[in-house]
Amino acid sequence: MVREAFAAYIKKLENEVMVMGEMVIAAVTDSVQALKTGDVIAAKRVIEGDSLINKKRLEIEEVCVNFIALQQPVATDLREIVAILYIITDLERIGDYAEGMGKIVIMLGKEPRATSLVGIPAMAEKAIKMLKGSLAAFIGRDIKTAEAICKEDDEVDALYDQVNHKLLLCMIEDPETISRITPLIWASHNLERMADRVTNICERTVYLATGSMREINVSRY
Amino acid sequence: MEVMSKIETSDLNLYYGNFHALKNVNIKIQGQNITSIIGPSGCGKSTLLRTFNRMNDLIEHIRYDGKIIIEGQNILDPDTDMVSLRRKVGMVFQRPNVFNLSIYNNLKFGLRIHRLMSKKEEIMATVRDSLESVGLWEYLKDKLNKNACTLSLEQQQRLCIARVLMLKPDIVLLDEPCSALDPISTLRIEELLRVLKDEYTLVIVTHNMKQAARVSDHTCFMYMGELIEFGDTSQIFTNPKEELTRNYISGHFG
Repeated sequence: MVREAFAAYIKKLENEVMVMGEMVIAAVTDSVQALKTGDVIAAKRVIEGDSLINKKRLEIEEVCVNFIALQQPVATDLREIVAILYIITDLERIGDYAEGMGKIVIMLGKEPRATSLVGIPAMAEKAIKMLKGSLAAFIGRDIKTAEAICKEDDEVDALYDQVNHKLLLCMIEDPETISRITPLIWASHNLERMADRVTNICERTVYLATGSMREINVSRY
Repeated sequence: MEVMSKIETSDLNLYYGNFHALKNVNIKIQGQNITSIIGPSGCGKSTLLRTFNRMNDLIEHIRYDGKIIIEGQNILDPDTDMVSLRRKVGMVFQRPNVFNLSIYNNLKFGLRIHRLMSKKEEIMATVRDSLESVGLWEYLKDKLNKNACTLSLEQQQRLCIARVLMLKPDIVLLDEPCSALDPISTLRIEELLRVLKDEYTLVIVTHNMKQAARVSDHTCFMYMGELIEFGDTSQIFTNPKEELTRNYISGHFG
């Protein structure tokens, strides 16, 4: 027997999480593209769009609260709601990092362009790939993929080290670059934090599928 | 635009002798919806439910004032045709009350009382429709002559719902319809109610708050004969406006 109202709620929630995920992926992708091209208008669009992501998170949270109050989920269903509540929080924060990147682009708009973004695009590519994978793993209850993505965070951390090191050397070599390179350090930090948030999403998928709540990969940062 | 209500009471009061059982109840119940009435024992929830087809009239020294409008007619008017009212507003009780007759005769019973349908084919088609609506047709189609008392409690309760549906009512009142059933049968009956609400207006009295939360679109909380709060079920169970409602649904009393 399937409790239809119950199944409909779960389906609706999963769909909504995926919609929010797509919004966040688009925001991150656009913010990185704006950083690469110095497109201030595109950066402003990302900043404005963040309120829609925040709104979506509140909507999903409300559905979760109603679900708990009205349908009294237990076992896997309860874990799913708890997982979703955490996942949307992480997605919302990732959206904030994209917004932060947008602000960095605007800040850099007033400065002469840095000649190179060093490894920042590579970090972004990796973080976006992890984010997409984490959402697919959540929907597919794919523990192996979720665990593998958590391990990939080490690669982002390594890139972060390299990027920061290179940016520091640039500033030491030419202190006049400090004002335009410091925001790039913030950008790389945002991307590093993004990947950490993705590992949280993966941990929630493992929790949902197994009932075991554990940290899979502790970030060095 | 205001949604037309199926049942509307205004300043409804009911007295059992000197006991004031319903106090100025004003409620608008929407059609094609499930409305739950919850509240502690003795709060008047069953009394309110039973006013909707004047089942309380069987009790001595009962007195009403106010109005209950169903389809534009005040059913408390003395000239109300009670037979037609009870056909239009059916009722399902706490314990399945099947008659010690065959399944077929249980279903046909109301038709005879109400002198509806005489053609065998027409009756059979209605039996089939009603049993299909409650999900029993496939199981019972070859057992219609079997005594209804041999069915499981859940099946008996489904049959009682089917018996009400035979009369093609607009409104079905359910007084604790799952209290004699196990949890799984309860969930199955709840699923059935969800299906039925597309065609009927369902009003359910339940002691089980979780059931009210799961199954209904609107919830009404009563306390000591008064309607304390009435609203969307999600609002009542996540953000009740009244402190009494909040305390009751949180299990602080009752």
